[in-house]
Amino acid sequence: MYGNDFSAPDDATGGGLLGEVEAAEAELRAAAARQRRGGPAPDEDLATYFTAVVDAEQKIEPRDWMPDAYRKTLIRQIAQHAHSEIIGMQPEGNWISRAPSLKRKAILLAKVQDEAGHGLYLYAAAETLGISRDELVRLLLDGRQKYSSIFNYPTLTWADMGAIGWLVDGAAIVNQVPLCRCSYGPYARAMIRVCKEESFHQRQGYEILHTLAHGTPAQQAMAQDAVDRWWYPSLAMFGPPDGNSTHSAQSMAWKIKRFSNDDLRQRFVDMCVQQAEVLGLRIPDEDLRWNEERQAYDYTQPDYDELMRVISGDGPCNRERMARRRAAHAEGAWVREAATAYAAKRAGQKEKVAA
Amino acid sequence: MEQTPLWEVFVRARRGLSHTHVGSLHAPDAELALHNARDLYTRRQEGVSIWVVPAGAITASSPDEKDAFFDPAADKVYRHPTFYEVPDGVAHL
Repeated sequence: MYGNDFSAPDDATGGGLLGEVEAAEAELRAAAARQRRGGPAPDEDLATYFTAVVDAEQKIEPRDWMPDAYRKTLIRQIAQHAHSEIIGMQPEGNWISRAPSLKRKAILLAKVQDEAGHGLYLYAAAETLGISRDELVRLLLDGRQKYSSIFNYPTLTWADMGAIGWLVDGAAIVNQVPLCRCSYGPYARAMIRVCKEESFHQRQGYEILHTLAHGTPAQQAMAQDAVDRWWYPSLAMFGPPDGNSTHSAQSMAWKIKRFSNDDLRQRFVDMCVQQAEVLGLRIPDEDLRWNEERQAYDYTQPDYDELMRVISGDGPCNRERMARRRAAHAEGAWVREAATAYAAKRAGQKEKVAA
Repeated sequence: MEQTPLWEVFVRARRGLSHTHVGSLHAPDAELALHNARDLYTRRQEGVSIWVVPAGAITASSPDEKDAFFDPAADKVYRHPTFYEVPDGVAHL
């Protein structure tokens, strides 16, 4: 396609979360442009140097020295994030063949394709830390690395496509926007790309719910039922409360994480209330009310015991999701082998011609 | 099975802009790498041209050597036109 001219539609500059992603991108460029100190001095402690770079809001790049624990934490987090995108294709993939119109089907296909793309961006970012793709895939298939617990819930109706887009992708965006400012360069850049694409996911979900909520009584009931089922699992996506979160403090110091689990959860709730009103749907929480003093909504916490049960493998769909992923990997083996054999054959032919 | 090679992907956003590194991917050969890069990095018309380069073919300077490598240019301010004082009244210089 070299030399082909065509104009890409210009993305309207979004306010809100999309605006924050753009701000993070501008900040990343600005930080890169600022006078940067060179490598560590010959007698300088590497750990001191690393801390100085992070504190100065500069990015750590793959070939920089970094503490082993920083590397391990990032591999764990980025891999878990990549696995979540890949497993996350399943709940929605479930509805591609039954989407109510060709337009909805095309949109859902594009969204699931994006999830695959996001998984691949993230695997590539994890690989810059010195772990191989095969190893990452193996860790998922063996159940030694986790993916987000939200994908262990079933998608029972078409309205679930709306609830996933609005609530699950909405929670993911609130979680991910601060990651655009993560101290590790390849992860921050991948997240900027992911977040820009995610905003379409959230909007299409919201539109599905809005259409259903303004449809027949049966459609309204279906939309409400989906919100009722997805609300608390979405709140649980932000992880355990701050007091019980094992990785938080160190990740904040390393600027991998920017806000606490509870802060992000609060932010998500505050955003959703008004959005639910516009939809004409009810958030299933009797105790949800504005707190004038805190300038935030009081809300009921999700069931964290349930979250722990689902993470440890006992959710409604854990076994199904893993079985599907293992089968897809095994059934795709011949494609990988054929592509490699074909590449080897062509390389052989070229050598013959050259000789 | 041996791991498929890693490729670095560069995309030219519009005519007149340079190719910019966007990420990497695995593919058995250059042709598939190009097609996969099209699917992975240009789903929204991000580009008009793509380069794929075998990651192993890239030789990178090391951050440890950054100072020794780039410092020699630091004290050569005379390479910039602003180093030279222009006498008053001289135009078009």
